Amino acid sequence: MSIASNTPSAFRRTGRRRAAFQEKLVKRIFFLCALVSVLTTLGILGTLLNEAIKFFLDVPVWSFLTGTQWSPLFSPPYQSFGVLPLVAGTLLITTVAAAVALPVGLATAIFLSEYAPERVRKTIKPILEVLAGIPTVVYGFFALTFVTPMLQKVLPELLVFNALSAGLVMGLMIVPMVSSLSEDAMLAVPRSLREAAYALGATRIQVSLRVVVPAALSGIVAAFILALSRAIGETMLVTIAAGATPKLTLNPMESIQTMTAYIVQVSLGEAVHGSLEFRTIFAVGFLLFIMTLVMNVLGYFVVRRWREKY
Amino acid sequence: MAEVAEIAINVKNLNVWYGSFQALKDINLEVEKNQVTALIGPSGCGKSTLLRCFNRMNELIPGARVGGQVMFAGTNLYDASVDPTEIRSRIGMVFQKPNPFPKSIYQNVAFGLKVNGYQGNVDEAVERSLRRAALWEEVKDRLGTSAFKLSGGQQQRLCIARALAVEPEIVLMDEPASALDPIATLAIEDLIRELAPEVTIIIVTHNMQQAARVSDYTAFLMVSEERSGYLVEYGPTSQIFTNPKEERTEAYITGRFS
Repeated sequence: MSIASNTPSAFRRTGRRRAAFQEKLVKRIFFLCALVSVLTTLGILGTLLNEAIKFFLDVPVWSFLTGTQWSPLFSPPYQSFGVLPLVAGTLLITTVAAAVALPVGLATAIFLSEYAPERVRKTIKPILEVLAGIPTVVYGFFALTFVTPMLQKVLPELLVFNALSAGLVMGLMIVPMVSSLSEDAMLAVPRSLREAAYALGATRIQVSLRVVVPAALSGIVAAFILALSRAIGETMLVTIAAGATPKLTLNPMESIQTMTAYIVQVSLGEAVHGSLEFRTIFAVGFLLFIMTLVMNVLGYFVVRRWREKY
Repeated sequence: MAEVAEIAINVKNLNVWYGSFQALKDINLEVEKNQVTALIGPSGCGKSTLLRCFNRMNELIPGARVGGQVMFAGTNLYDASVDPTEIRSRIGMVFQKPNPFPKSIYQNVAFGLKVNGYQGNVDEAVERSLRRAALWEEVKDRLGTSAFKLSGGQQQRLCIARALAVEPEIVLMDEPASALDPIATLAIEDLIRELAPEVTIIIVTHNMQQAARVSDYTAFLMVSEERSGYLVEYGPTSQIFTNPKEERTEAYITGRFS
């Protein structure tokens, strides 16, 4: 302060006051931008809850969660609100996708971080990122018009709409997510740990699997969980390729319906606005929200528990 | 020297490049078996690079090239037929900063045994190695706890135990005490002296007193105008420190430059 008061009038105080005002204004604007996403989340949650509660006034929560028959669009004697077939369909697709994406994604990440020379890495990474940017509707048609016919040559009894093909392609779709995030975690493992292992006579694969992967495990698990939440919530691909027949089955050869695909079906106008049938989508949507939320929270704790700190 | 000493490592016309930069120039050196040899010299003289030539760690750095020979047990380490992982299980290394794995104390020592397919009793080998590294008494009741719970000096002794577990003939040490306090440093130095009769130790150090205290032989390296490292003088430590042949050695040792 004393320095400022001793300095002659080369500084214009009005200018400084304006800068302070600008600073305040900018801070406000940034805060409002941050607020937008928070308010949106709250708004979505509010709408979901509001409509879901109205739904559960008519259909008991328990019969919704444990019912094995999903036929809300049928007329009353055959109408049934058991959500399990949709949950089973969703988990079936997610399982198939995970069976593809986790090993392939992890292997890709290990290759990129431990084996690939700099030049190869710089070529493959952007290609993977392009893969992540393809619209999901394209993946849907890829599954329906390319993968399914190909699978039918090997498995003749495979239906046109089936969980297997949609799950496999979903797996390919989330590989970049798994590999990119896992690789980031592996690159963050200090070089000194790799050197320690090499200096003991470890081979490259031993260094990768016994040192780098365990040390990066928290990041890898986080990548898995994010990718799986993505698979659970994915809509377009399964709507196009997996079918629209809610069925409580674990057989990936069959046509099924996922929670998201059901929401699309009803949103496209199969039920009257405001009717009980229409409200099912909010109940299903709310359950979907809970499922991904649980995944993310679970991921958070798993990561904290398993962390190999370095 | 009265008797003919056994040679552990014989370096012949060794040259090392990183890309187009020559880091080491025409190094010739005979390292004696079961003795402590210190590599000293100013920063950037290539001491660590030379050390890393002995277990082929340099090739993990992209662009590194090695010319010349490093003879060990009758073979040139840089022969096309030599498997670097086998070399590294026979020539161990301890690094500047303690770098235990983020695993338990036990798992750290057992790591080298596992990757080398050790057939014997792992528990016994772990205990033996920890005893040799003078760490057993301090950790025997908490082998399952994380290595990161140990102090810096203990971590470094754990790294020494980890290196000893695979029973190497040579242990390379790259400024093993530079990150430690004086008491932990003394513990490491005592340990080096205790190990010497059974294991050949080559140690890079910045600390002249340390070289004088722990080593039997000393090699003094310097940096040329082109920034390449070269060997100035090599001989018994007592001679290097009391009666160096080269004036540059004397200047460095008496602290006229560093």
